[in-house]
Amino acid sequence: MVDETDGPAVLVEDLHKRYGNKTAVDGVSFAVEHGEIFGILGPNGAGKTTAVESIAGLRIGERGTVRVLGLDPWRDRDEVVHVLGIQLQESRLQPKITVREALELWSAFYTDPTPWPELADRLGLTEHLDRRFALLSGGQQQRLSIALALVGHPRVVILDELTTGLDPRARRDVWQLVREVRDSGVTVLLVTHSMEEAQQLCDRIAIIDGGRVRALDTPEGLIRAGGSASVVSFLPTAALDLEAVRRLDDVVDIRLDGDRVVVEGADDVALAILGELAAQGVVPTQLRVAAGSLDSAYLDLTRQHDLSEEPA
Amino acid sequence: MSAVPAPPRAPGAAPGSGPRRAGPLSPATAAVLRTETRLFSREIGSMFWIVGSPVLLLAIMGLVPSFREPDPNLGGLRQVDLYVPVSVLLSMLMAAIMAMPPVVFGYREAGVLRRMRTTPVRPLALLATQVALHGAAVAISTVLVLVVGSVVLGTPVPAAPGWYLLSYLLALVAVFGLGAIVTAVAPNARIGAAIGMVVFFPAMFTAGVYYPIQAMAGQLRGIVELTPLGAASQALYEAMAGSAPHLEHLAVLTFWIVVCYGIAGRVFRWE
Repeated sequence: MVDETDGPAVLVEDLHKRYGNKTAVDGVSFAVEHGEIFGILGPNGAGKTTAVESIAGLRIGERGTVRVLGLDPWRDRDEVVHVLGIQLQESRLQPKITVREALELWSAFYTDPTPWPELADRLGLTEHLDRRFALLSGGQQQRLSIALALVGHPRVVILDELTTGLDPRARRDVWQLVREVRDSGVTVLLVTHSMEEAQQLCDRIAIIDGGRVRALDTPEGLIRAGGSASVVSFLPTAALDLEAVRRLDDVVDIRLDGDRVVVEGADDVALAILGELAAQGVVPTQLRVAAGSLDSAYLDLTRQHDLSEEPA
Repeated sequence: MSAVPAPPRAPGAAPGSGPRRAGPLSPATAAVLRTETRLFSREIGSMFWIVGSPVLLLAIMGLVPSFREPDPNLGGLRQVDLYVPVSVLLSMLMAAIMAMPPVVFGYREAGVLRRMRTTPVRPLALLATQVALHGAAVAISTVLVLVVGSVVLGTPVPAAPGWYLLSYLLALVAVFGLGAIVTAVAPNARIGAAIGMVVFFPAMFTAGVYYPIQAMAGQLRGIVELTPLGAASQALYEAMAGSAPHLEHLAVLTFWIVVCYGIAGRVFRWE
């Protein structure tokens, strides 16, 4: 038996997977460390789901290696299913099964399940326990699906499009739950196309596009690499020479949002802008300086592939 | 959510050992059986067609006065007696062709089978449970047909019980084999329902629902006896009347079983 504490929680090396002529995953490699929330971020059809389904053993790659806690999910399925919980995208249950029955059933699958009433409570399912699956709203179905992924007390959990169909409050609650799961020592692999979700939750993010890893770093690292660590915006009191601002060293982008000037740039870009405004004799009113978001980093990294890749 | 990480496994203990495999069914499989039984009991329509409609058919035939007269052409048996094996087969057809495939299509299209693949339970356990439940409903229906027929209509109980049981089991496996083919070849539920109909009505005919095989003319009867339902109908009838069924009927059933499961096993897709 492989010692599970050795090596990363999830290891993917040179994974290739094609469907007919279409290459879905084209040489993906990454390692997920124990107890981190690792995000896989990318546009639709980027190969994210194929990659995690290969990790779950639902798909077998043509080439490459996948290990979950040292186990090979393509061969050792019977062992992997006990340590890996997965919430699949667009997976429904038996239409007439109630929430309670589903939770009880899934609990019976595992030797050391988490007490499901607690989980149901955390996911706001307690008042729907006797409702049949087909009669649940999309958000309720999604929350049940998350509960089922966690009820087996997995060591590694894969969450694919975690917050699809959830309202903002439920989203916050689910994010908090995922953080707690991580803090209890579980390794989380999170697939998302939501920049906000990735930035809020992930310790590290792999940006995947066109079946390849385009970048892999912490959210801060990715933002900094994109050059837009901070966003400065203000209303100028007088006409402003935008080109002069654009020529400043740390400025990455400048645009107008109505009357508001929005400048993206490196960490200390605000100081440089204020200097330039003073030189032009323009006063910035309603000045705001905000941390940069993943958006620009993400767009930079995926933009060049937009035209060549066909979304699936 | 418990904040305690899963305890490390005892060295050498294979995951999934321990409390599993205590009885004939692992707790996980037993839980699947329990849950699916509850879900099955909510399928009122299936219940009616599998358990209710065959005994209803027999009762309706029993209402026809001439069907209750002994027929010298049938060796003294009555027309209504011929409907006992027919009703038994009707229950099998309802279960295997009409009731069960839509359940499997639903599970496949909704991703239930796929979802099962990520748990310690194999999706095959879910299918096996469905077969067992539908088979159990058929068994209940059979008892009902035999008892109601015998008590109310005076139809004969199987005079050669051993042969009857053998013929019955072969028939059951063969008819579920037809259902397995329908399930395997259909790419989706809609086409599956159409294929089910295409199989169902000829099967009803060959089982003798419209006209008992035993009353069919020689050549037609020879052809019908080569079909799974025709052979099953004859074997059940013969065992009911008290003789060993012709080996030929049992051979035909065995042939269809091999063909059906051979094809279905190759073609079936889990997702």
